[in-house]
Amino acid sequence: MRLYAVLLLLFSSMLSYSQDCNATLYGTLLDVHDGSILSGATIVVAQTGTAVQTDLDGLFTITRLCNSTYQLQVSHPSCTTKAFSIRIQGDLQKTFKLEHHLEALNEIIVKGDAAKQTQTLYENKIDAETISQFSSGSLGDALNSLSGVSSLNTGNAVVKPMINGLHSSRIVLINNGVRMQDQEWGAEHAPSIDINSAGSIKVIKGAGALQYGGNAIGGVIITEAPKVPLLDSLYGKTTITGATNGRGGAVTSSLTKSYENGWYGTLQGTLKRFGDFEAPDYVLSNTGLFERNFSARFGINRIDYGLEAYYSYFRNEIGILRASHVGGAEDQVRAIASPEPLIIRDFTYDIGSPRQDVTHHLARIRGFKEVENLGRVTVQYDFQQNNRFEYDVRRGEDDQASVDLDLKTHTLGIDLKSTLSEKIKISTGISGEYQNNFANPETGVRRLIPDYDRYSVAAFFTGNYQMNEQWLLEAGARFDYTYMDALKFYRKSFWEARGYDTEFPDLVIQENGNQVLTNPKLSYYNPSFTIGSTYAFGEVYTLFANYSLASRAPNASELFSEGLHHSASRIELGDLRFDTEISHKVSLTLQRKEEKFDFAITPYSNTINNFILIEPTGIQQTIRGNFQVWEYRQTQAQLFGVDIDASIVLFDQVRFIHQFSLVKGYDRSQDESLINMPAVSTLNTIAYNNTNFRNLSIRLQSDYVFAQNEFPNNNFEVQLEETIETVDVSTPPDAYHLVHLNASIEALSNVYIGLNLHNIFNTSYRNYLNRLRYYADDIGRNISLQVKVNY
Amino acid sequence: MKTLKISTIYFVLSVLFISCGDDDSIPEIINEEEIITTVTLTLTPGTGDVIILQTRDLDGEGPNVPITTISGALSTNTTYAGSLEFLNETQSPADNITEEVIEEAEEHQVFYTISTGLNITTTYIDFDSNGNPLGTAITLITGEASAGSLRVTLRHEPTKPNTGIDNAGGETDVTTSFNIEID
Repeated sequence: MRLYAVLLLLFSSMLSYSQDCNATLYGTLLDVHDGSILSGATIVVAQTGTAVQTDLDGLFTITRLCNSTYQLQVSHPSCTTKAFSIRIQGDLQKTFKLEHHLEALNEIIVKGDAAKQTQTLYENKIDAETISQFSSGSLGDALNSLSGVSSLNTGNAVVKPMINGLHSSRIVLINNGVRMQDQEWGAEHAPSIDINSAGSIKVIKGAGALQYGGNAIGGVIITEAPKVPLLDSLYGKTTITGATNGRGGAVTSSLTKSYENGWYGTLQGTLKRFGDFEAPDYVLSNTGLFERNFSARFGINRIDYGLEAYYSYFRNEIGILRASHVGGAEDQVRAIASPEPLIIRDFTYDIGSPRQDVTHHLARIRGFKEVENLGRVTVQYDFQQNNRFEYDVRRGEDDQASVDLDLKTHTLGIDLKSTLSEKIKISTGISGEYQNNFANPETGVRRLIPDYDRYSVAAFFTGNYQMNEQWLLEAGARFDYTYMDALKFYRKSFWEARGYDTEFPDLVIQENGNQVLTNPKLSYYNPSFTIGSTYAFGEVYTLFANYSLASRAPNASELFSEGLHHSASRIELGDLRFDTEISHKVSLTLQRKEEKFDFAITPYSNTINNFILIEPTGIQQTIRGNFQVWEYRQTQAQLFGVDIDASIVLFDQVRFIHQFSLVKGYDRSQDESLINMPAVSTLNTIAYNNTNFRNLSIRLQSDYVFAQNEFPNNNFEVQLEETIETVDVSTPPDAYHLVHLNASIEALSNVYIGLNLHNIFNTSYRNYLNRLRYYADDIGRNISLQVKVNY
Repeated sequence: MKTLKISTIYFVLSVLFISCGDDDSIPEIINEEEIITTVTLTLTPGTGDVIILQTRDLDGEGPNVPITTISGALSTNTTYAGSLEFLNETQSPADNITEEVIEEAEEHQVFYTISTGLNITTTYIDFDSNGNPLGTAITLITGEASAGSLRVTLRHEPTKPNTGIDNAGGETDVTTSFNIEID
C-alpha cells in the first residue's frame, strides 16, 4: 500500500484575454527544504481529470486550461497528498515549492538522506552536476573543489582527500551507506570509489556524525546514490569525456528502471583509460591509469518498509611516476637535485612498474521497517574485500607484486530512529565488525602490514531537540571497542633494539633465523561524544556551534610498520605501544543563506592528544646505501583554521564565488609545525549562467595556492664520495596560480556538451602535498571535452 | 513494550557478533628474496695472497649496520683478477644473486669508485649482450703504496652506455666502501 504525501502549489497569475481554453501552465516542482527537484510527482486537475507527472528536472506542463479556477491535486511518493486551488488567466510559468515529508523516499536509498547527518555541523555538498564535471577524474579531485578540503597526492591519479589538514584513518568515508574499509591508512592509498556512482557528495568537517564512527577526527565524507522516483519509468545517463593530457578519457553510463509499486533497479558502469600524463615541459613517464567500475542495485521501497541490495566492483590500475622510484639517500640526492625527472620516456599507454592495482568489492543488503510506537528500524549487513597489489621495479620477475594484501570486512548493524515528539528526535544503534587482513607471502618481500583479525563492536545514541524556531540542540555519544589479534614477524635485530624483547617477551611464539614471530593482542576502548546547537536569526542567518570529542585506535600501519617503504624510499617504523588518539574539535559556522548573497564562515580548533605522526629520526646504513628512518610517534597536536565560502550575484546571471581555506598545525610537544599541512589557498570563480539560452554556463576560475611557510625541518645529511650533501626533503615548493575555464551548454534537448580547460596557461608548478613533488612538476594544460546525454 | 523490542533486537545481534572464534593459523615466514646481504670481492693475484673484501648486512634495512671485513693489504704494482659475488644469506642455503645480475646484464652495472690518492685502476672484463660493461669481473691493478677507499656500487637499470657512475642514473641496489691499503 502506498502512502502519498501532499504537496501544495501556490500560484500567482498573469493575465490574458482569451476566452479560449488554450492556456498552459508550466510548472517546476521543488522541495521547500533544500530546493532539490521533485521528479515523479503526479498532478491531477480535478475538474478535467487531466493527470501529468513531473519529469526528471521536476518540470510539468498542463495544456488547454481555461481562464478559470482549478483544483490541483499534487501527490509525490514521499509527500502527503493535498489539494489546491489556482486561478488561471492565460499562460502561467511558476515554480512550486513543496513540503517534502521527512525521511520517506530516501531512507532506503541513503540512510537519513532527507535529514542531515548532523544538525550542528555545517555540511559542504557537491551536486550531481559538479560530479559529472569530474567524471574522468577521481573522488579526491572533486572534493578538492570544496573549501577546507585538500588532498595528499601521489602523482595526479592517487588523490587522497584531506579535511582541515587531516587524512587517512582520520577520515571516515561512507560510500552508499557503507563505511569504506580499503586500507585507507596508507598515504599513497586513494579511496576505492568510482566518483560516477555518486549522486551527491557531502563533507562534514568534524566527528559529529556519530552513527558512522567515533574516530572521524578529520571528518566524514558521504557519497550518496542518486534518488529513484516511485513511478514506472526507465531512464539513464551517459557521459563521455576525452582529454588531451593523458590522451585518454572516460565513459560512464547508468540505467534505472523503476516501478510505481516501489520496485527499482539501477546498473551503472565506468571505464577510464589514460596514458602517461604530461607536465608542461616533459612526459611524466609511467603515470597512465586504467579504471573499470561496475555497480548494481535493486530493491523495493515502500513508505513503511523497504529492502535494497547493492553491489559494486572497483578496479584501478595506476602507474606511479617511474622517476620516483629511487634507491637510498644517494639516489634521492641525485633525483632531487635534477630539475627534470631522471627518467623521461616517450608517451605510452603502457603501465609498467612501479604501479598499483587495486580491486574493491562492496556488497550490502539493507532493510528497514517502520514499527508503530517505536520508529524506523534499519538493519544492514555489508561485506567488503579490498585486494591491493603494488608492483615495484625489481630484479627478476617484474610481474611479481611486492605488496599483495587482501582485506576482508564484514559489518552488521542495526539502528533505530524515533520521533519522540514534534521537538525531540533520537537515533540509536549498535554494530559489529569483523576484519581480516591477509598478506600473501608469495611476494618474497616482508609484509608491510601483518596478518590480523580485528573485531569491533560499537553502540551510539544521538538526539536533537528543537527548542523553538531559533534554537536546536543536539547531543550524541558513542562507544567503540576494538580487539586486534595480529601475527607479525619482526626482525630480531629490531625486536631487540626497540626493547620489545624485555617488554613483551610473552608475545613471541616462534623464532626463525633472524626473525621472530609474535602474536600481539591489542584492545582499545574508544568513547566519543558530541554536543552542539544551531541558532537561526534574521531570516537568512544561522549560527552553528559544535564540540566533538573523537577517539581513534591506532591503525595497523602505525602499530606494525617495520621496514623499507619502497614507494617512499624510507624506512618506516611503527610502535606497538601506541595508545588511542583523542581529539577535541570546536567549530563554529556563521551562514547566510540568501539568493543574492550567501556565505559560510567556519573557524575551528582541533586539539589532539596522542596525535600519531611520522617523522624522520635518523639515517640507517644498509648495504643498499643510507636510508632515512621515519618513526611514528605520539604527540600533542593543535590545529586551527578557517574555511570561507561566499557567493554574490554581481549582475544578472553573473555570480562571483569565493573560497578560502587556511589551516595551521603545530606539534606542541616539540614546538614545531606539523608536517604536510595544506598551504593557504583561495579559489575564485566568475560564473555566468543563462537558463534562458540552452543552460549556457561559463566559469572562469582562479586557483591560487600560497607557499607553505610553516614546516618542520626534516632535512638530513648524506655522505657522498667526497662531500657531505644535505638532502632537502622539507622546503615546500613556491606558490602557484592556475587559471581554469569551463563551459557547458545544452546543445540538444537532454544533450549537454562541456569544454574544460584546466591550467590554461600551462603553468609549471609543484604542490607541497604531492608526494612526488621532489621528482617532477605537476600536470600541465589539459583540454577536455565532455558529452552528456540524459535519456 | 518498546524497551522489550529494543532489547530483543540487541540480544539477537550480540549473539551474532559473539560467534566469531579464535583460530590463528601461523603465517608463512617471508625471507626477502630480493635483498642482497653480502658483497664479496675476491682479488686473486698471479702470485701471492688472495685478498677478500666483504660487506655483510644480515638484517637488511634492520637496525644493525653492515659489517665490512678486509682480509689484508694489497701488494704494490700487482695485477689482481677481481671477481664479485652477491649473496642473499637470509635464505638457506644462501641465494646467489650474482647469477641473476649476470642474467640481466643489460639492466645492471657495477661501478668501482676509487678515492683520490689510492693508486688503483680497474678495468671491466665482462660485458652485456650490447657490449657494455657489467662489472662482476674486473682486473684491478695496484700502483705504489697508498691508502684510500674503493667503493663498489651496483646500479639497477642504469643508462647504458655511460661514462661512469655520475651519469649512469638508475637505482642503487648495493653500495659499499672498503678502506684499502697498498703496501
